[in-house]
Amino acid sequence: MDETVAERIKTDITSNDVVLYMKGTPAFPQCGFSAAVANVLNHMGVEYKGVDVLVDAAIRQGIKEFTNWPTIPQLYVKGEFVGGCDIVREMYTSGELQQLLAEKGVTSAAQA
Amino acid sequence: MTYAERIRTKLTGALAPVRLSIVDDSHRHAGHAGHDARGETHFDVTVVSAVFAGKSRVARQRLVYEILSAELSERIHALALRTLTPEEDG
Repeated sequence: MDETVAERIKTDITSNDVVLYMKGTPAFPQCGFSAAVANVLNHMGVEYKGVDVLVDAAIRQGIKEFTNWPTIPQLYVKGEFVGGCDIVREMYTSGELQQLLAEKGVTSAAQA
Repeated sequence: MTYAERIRTKLTGALAPVRLSIVDDSHRHAGHAGHDARGETHFDVTVVSAVFAGKSRVARQRLVYEILSAELSERIHALALRTLTPEEDG
């Protein structure tokens, strides 16, 4: 992977509390799995940065190598990889996602 | 061998699952990006294995992705995964 790609990813995930690497945008997801994660975050009222991998081939490939995870979407909270669609949905259903965000000091509308 | 059979063979060999469910969801994605006219692009897989005990969700899925890396790079576009220990499957 190009070092500048890794640097861009590092900058994104450290300068934003919550980052979602996805296909499409939060308003217009282009894939059901990305839409599912965006819906969870929207529903919780969490502010996040969406990175559309479809408009950037270097990031699309780079994030897979960076995370060692072969699929999109990928959710990062405070610089740490949380998971893809299955994991985020499971954690939301069990309440672990809400707990993780609270522990990390990320506010969501549900708590406010 | 179909991709469903390859998934079954590889996961059975590597994880000795007590329960393994493989559902080909490809028809639901016809015409969608990543769809392949040959089918077998989208799978919904549930694996119940003692190997997952003590591993995080991320570690469990990484393990499955590694076992199926050839299939993922060749054809499979999406793999919905549930990875459970026998206790969690209860």
